[in-house]
Amino acid sequence: MNELSILIGGKAGFGIDRSGLLIANILGRMGYRIYIYRDYPSIIRGGHTFSIIRASERKVACHKNKTEALLALNQETLDLHKDKLTGNSVVIYDSDSVKADNLPPAVKSIGIPAGTIIKEENAPEIMRNSCLVGALCKAERVPWDILDKEFRDDFKKYIDINLKIARRGYDSAQESYTVAPLNQKVLPLVTGNEATSRGLIKGGLKTYISYPMTPTSPILHYMAAVADRFSLKVVHPESEISVILMALGASYCGDRVAVGTSGGGFCLMTEGLSFSAMAELPVVIVLGQRPGPSTGLPTYSCQTELHFALNAGQGEFARLVVAPGDAEEAHQLSQIALDLAWKYQVPAIILTDKDLGEGTYSFDEGSLPEVRRAEIHAWDGRSPYKRYLDTETGVSPLAFVPQKGNVIKINSYEHDESGLTTESPILTKKMQDKRLRKEKYLAEELAGYETVKIYGNKNSETAILCWGSNKGVCVEAAEKLNLKVVQPLYMSPFPAMQLEAAIKGVKKLIAVESNAEAQLVKLINLYGLGVDETVLKYDGRPFALDELEARLREAGV
Amino acid sequence: MIDLNTTAVNTWCPGCGNFAILTAMKAALSSLAEEGLPIENVVIVSGIGCHAKIADYINVNSFYSLHGRVFPPATGIKLAKPELTVIGHAGDGDAYGEGLEHLIFAAKRNVNMTAIIHNNRVYGLTTGQYTPTSPLGFKGRSTPSGTREAPINPLDLMLASGATFLARGTSHGLELLKKIFKEAILHKGFALVDVLQVCVTYYNMYEYYDKRVYELKDHNPGDHDQAEKKIREWDYNKDAPIALGVFYKKDAPTFEEGFKRGS
Repeated sequence: MNELSILIGGKAGFGIDRSGLLIANILGRMGYRIYIYRDYPSIIRGGHTFSIIRASERKVACHKNKTEALLALNQETLDLHKDKLTGNSVVIYDSDSVKADNLPPAVKSIGIPAGTIIKEENAPEIMRNSCLVGALCKAERVPWDILDKEFRDDFKKYIDINLKIARRGYDSAQESYTVAPLNQKVLPLVTGNEATSRGLIKGGLKTYISYPMTPTSPILHYMAAVADRFSLKVVHPESEISVILMALGASYCGDRVAVGTSGGGFCLMTEGLSFSAMAELPVVIVLGQRPGPSTGLPTYSCQTELHFALNAGQGEFARLVVAPGDAEEAHQLSQIALDLAWKYQVPAIILTDKDLGEGTYSFDEGSLPEVRRAEIHAWDGRSPYKRYLDTETGVSPLAFVPQKGNVIKINSYEHDESGLTTESPILTKKMQDKRLRKEKYLAEELAGYETVKIYGNKNSETAILCWGSNKGVCVEAAEKLNLKVVQPLYMSPFPAMQLEAAIKGVKKLIAVESNAEAQLVKLINLYGLGVDETVLKYDGRPFALDELEARLREAGV
Repeated sequence: MIDLNTTAVNTWCPGCGNFAILTAMKAALSSLAEEGLPIENVVIVSGIGCHAKIADYINVNSFYSLHGRVFPPATGIKLAKPELTVIGHAGDGDAYGEGLEHLIFAAKRNVNMTAIIHNNRVYGLTTGQYTPTSPLGFKGRSTPSGTREAPINPLDLMLASGATFLARGTSHGLELLKKIFKEAILHKGFALVDVLQVCVTYYNMYEYYDKRVYELKDHNPGDHDQAEKKIREWDYNKDAPIALGVFYKKDAPTFEEGFKRGS
């Protein structure tokens, strides 16, 4: 078997997340490409939580509903996910707390008395995970030494006891099918949030400021953990209002700075966003989408903030909005966002979501092309300095405090070239033209970047239009159904011409989006483009591969 | 005196208390520059309101921020470049109303900066509404029958929040104001000066203050309890003597000291 899906479930607090990663790492060590979908409620203890680990010979970035192995730490897991079992599935469960009755006939069930084993070993309940992971390895004929090595690398303490319990699970289970090691490079696993963080650091980030909010809190945690190593300043202030204003203060001093939040926090940041545009103080905002309105579903996913990102903030101004679809794109686009925000002195938004941010991917950093560095328009040092000097491109020469003999004045009011407040009609128009002109040059620069990606059968007359984290599932579905996929990576300035070229010759264009109002479709409508069908999902859960295939067939594919 | 004037036309009302703050701040900066402070290291951060125009009127680096948002960018500036001398000018609506949480956190963090609060106890630029420090019963355009809420005592609040330098001045007392500003700027830590600045158009309190103010004498600013007692002598509401000068001063580690910085 060179492609399989494993679901592990239990209550929040059972250690499901950790075990999912452990299983993924074991398969990753065997050369498999991994994707993990994490599903958990907004609860610290209790409630049902599960992870789906997908392992494949090829790169994957979505989950399937059909599962080859189901690991149940409680009854609820088995009851809720029974419908995902197929003919050759194996169910591994804690026979001390789970009854595996009425399973489909061909399903193999392996009951392990995990509760009894941990009691006998005098171990805490959380170690039932190790017991079931051991049993899974046996069922899949994964060599014991791979598990042994993974446990030794992964656990910082209690290695021996975890291994002992895993061995008892391993010895109690029966072999079921073979998951053979693959002869290909082993790739590390990262989450989308980690990839974004690493991209920002690679892009020269000096300061990261954020108020905790799902799904971008892991960026804050990651940055704080590596702060000393990269000489980063990481701050968690009193509110998102403070977050963005503090970031603008650091930006004023020349620090490359980013902030992270979700829709609710972004609401509070909008005055700062508009200020960033007026004052021409660059900042990067990682906006991780989750279902709203309002508090909505904190730990689930969606694509509902496209127009919010495009239109937030009073006044008319230029902004860069990028929408990565997986860890690699998150890593690359984070660097580009930081770079272009500083080159054009505009706010930039990295639009992610919970599934991208908290999803886990095999990450081949070495295969990624170097992001070329955009040149910053630096001040030549000739006095007197004017922070808002009007230029052909609208981009003023950049200098940071302190500059002996010169002052650097930034202003939220309309201002003249030197940064002093003005209400003059002539200056008002001149400075607004200056700021808006930057968008034209930014758009021209983007024309030299890959702004719209194409996958699948490039000659197909039926194509899927998708963006963000739906990329993975759309690409895989398209390969199965022999379709073309078109994915814009930039939302502002919008690459309308490149999109038009990408869909040329397509007779049927189907938009796949995780929202109720087809937000990308509304955006392309502004440029005179449209789609023939929409496949929308807005229950907070991502499309599973089999589910999307069915929905596309319903849409006439 | 070094020339700190800009080309901006001053638009404050004749007799406005802000002139005293502007004059005192320019004198304090000029004097500090003569004593060796690099003037290019000074950054003024202002909010929005009459007070904030000071950013246009002093020829030093400035960050003309949003209403209520003086302290977050000031903190960001200190975080990025701790060697800068950051002076935040805020109104009472700014600092004690819209941006109160930021003020409390700046004091709590002991950010090494100076906060000058232009406390005229009325909204001027929005033409005469009550502020967090207007007395009970204040009749403004949004409260024609008088407010039903007592003012906060900002110095008391700041003392509880962890500010390490607390002082008060008035716009009728230029020399004292200049002296306090200098001392506040030189203080290592979060220094707040509440200036009873008079708005001649909407709340002319010159006479009221002149009758009640006195300068602190034989006061030990290192004594927390003494400082608290003096701070509570006048609650910004009832009639009482109004002390001016430095109430409280304390050494404590600053926020920005704790960060590792790369090149």
